[in-house]
Amino acid sequence: MIELSGLTKRYGERVAVNNLTFTVRPGIVTGFLGPNGAGKSTTMRMILGLDRPSAGDVRIDGRHYAQLHDPLRQIGALLDAKAMHGGRTAYNHLLCLAQSNGIPASRVTEVLDTVGLTPVARKRAKGFSLGMGQRLGIAGALLGDPRILMFDEPVNGLDPEGIHWIRNLMKSLAHQGRTVFVSSHLMSEMALTAEHLVVIGQGRLMADTSMADFIRENSRSYVTMRSPERERLLDVLHAAGIAVADGPDGAVEVDGVAAPELGELAARERLVLHELSPRQASLEEAFMQLTAESVEYHAHDGDPGAVRGGPAPGGGATSGGEGQWGAGWGGPEQRRRKG
Amino acid sequence: MAVTQVVRSEWTKIRSVQSTVWTLGLAAVVTIGLGALISALSKSEYENLSPRDQLTFDPTFISFAGLSLGQLAMVVFGVLVVSNEYSTGMIRMSLAAVPQRGTFFFSKVAVATVLALLVSLVTTFATFFLGQALLGNLSASIGDPGVLRAVIGAALYMTLMAVFSMGVAAMLRSPMLSLGILVPFFFLVSSILGAVSATEKIGRFLPDQAGSKIMQVVAPLNDDTPYGPWGGLGIMALWVIASLALGYALLRHRDA
Repeated sequence: MIELSGLTKRYGERVAVNNLTFTVRPGIVTGFLGPNGAGKSTTMRMILGLDRPSAGDVRIDGRHYAQLHDPLRQIGALLDAKAMHGGRTAYNHLLCLAQSNGIPASRVTEVLDTVGLTPVARKRAKGFSLGMGQRLGIAGALLGDPRILMFDEPVNGLDPEGIHWIRNLMKSLAHQGRTVFVSSHLMSEMALTAEHLVVIGQGRLMADTSMADFIRENSRSYVTMRSPERERLLDVLHAAGIAVADGPDGAVEVDGVAAPELGELAARERLVLHELSPRQASLEEAFMQLTAESVEYHAHDGDPGAVRGGPAPGGGATSGGEGQWGAGWGGPEQRRRKG
Repeated sequence: MAVTQVVRSEWTKIRSVQSTVWTLGLAAVVTIGLGALISALSKSEYENLSPRDQLTFDPTFISFAGLSLGQLAMVVFGVLVVSNEYSTGMIRMSLAAVPQRGTFFFSKVAVATVLALLVSLVTTFATFFLGQALLGNLSASIGDPGVLRAVIGAALYMTLMAVFSMGVAAMLRSPMLSLGILVPFFFLVSSILGAVSATEKIGRFLPDQAGSKIMQVVAPLNDDTPYGPWGGLGIMALWVIASLALGYALLRHRDA
């Protein structure tokens, strides 16, 4: 179990991590999601006692990292696949880590086998591909057979087979009752592995929810309608007691009523429709909208779709607070306000 | 966190990279080779020396002439042992494994120091005996007063140069920056300060000049150095302690 309370990191004026409070529980994979520069790695470094928090506290099974006896036996971490001396062999890299925590050398051979690096165990790490480096980093995390595992962007640089492998590894580690905390900037990746989701943007907590709830809240479907007689369409829908939202380019969006029903309603009223299309917001869209106002590095490609929704002052997630963020956005009202 | 575990780990680290072998190997080869060359040259030039210089001829000190260059390899060894952790990013894994930064740092320094001392002892004894053999009838004997002290002292000097560099590397973290400061300093600045009469008095309190006093068996004429051989080594040791203390203080407070 990892418990963060009010964890904050400031670099001068810049607040990299802002008052984070959440708990990572055992037995499930917890996804740590946020755009690049959101403070995920800084948070993970503070958990490991590498960076000193400006305020707040983080505890591993109730203790500070520095108080852990042989910490690699309690918590294993993959931070950066390249964080190793390239001149050292894979075996020696793991051996020096093992020795520092009193882990027997036989365990080094074991984890090398687990990650599939046995054939290159005596090769220098500088000849390794990114994927092999990632596997060696994961071997280092597994070394002490810890109850808690933390992976920072573990699928980076892995080929599809490697990605498949790491997903299954994380799930099986969680099934064994371990705490698994994985960061990513890809919602799609998290949707496949994580059962619980912690979302941050610009260092602030935006969501702390189960993946099931996140999907339920955010993949809500709606229907886009378009008519040359827009005013009459609105009147008809209003008369039927159907709530509407403004869509892009004069379209009308309807939430909670199925497309066939709306089509029949229009036919009864002899209303010409140019469009009647059921839509579903993807999880990726949901995540991007959630963090849109907090993205630090925008791509300026002139495509209004690139930053979906754009800034929404006072709207949705951030002002909604962690308890109600899910209810606060993703519905038609929010979509309209942002659009 | 058992210190023995960390020491064993640091020993694995230091023996498993090639830079250890080539820096220490170069220190030994350069010191012995250059010492032998200069010993042989001194022997053939002895006749041409002024009577004054013949009087203060110090065969022990001459056999250590190669140290002026060999010490730079020791500096590189000391810098790389520490800064490798930073330049490779390994420091994060190391500190995650050993969060007690004092245990981590001083175990690393201890292992590197012992290894440097062993290599230095072999080097200085080898360079002494080879140099004396080449000096022939001008040679000193290991049993002569002050000679054994000078030979062991030379090894301590080499070792302390490496340890001083470890502290500096812990402060600066970057190997390029550390070497860029240390190498020109010991190769140029220190000798320039020592050669100019106005700065000579400051120059001789620098670690390398103070420390090298221990290798002298025959003091130069009109020697007004305010410290003896062990006093000089003591001054060097103070520099080393300061460098390690500052390096540790920064490591302890800095984000890794």
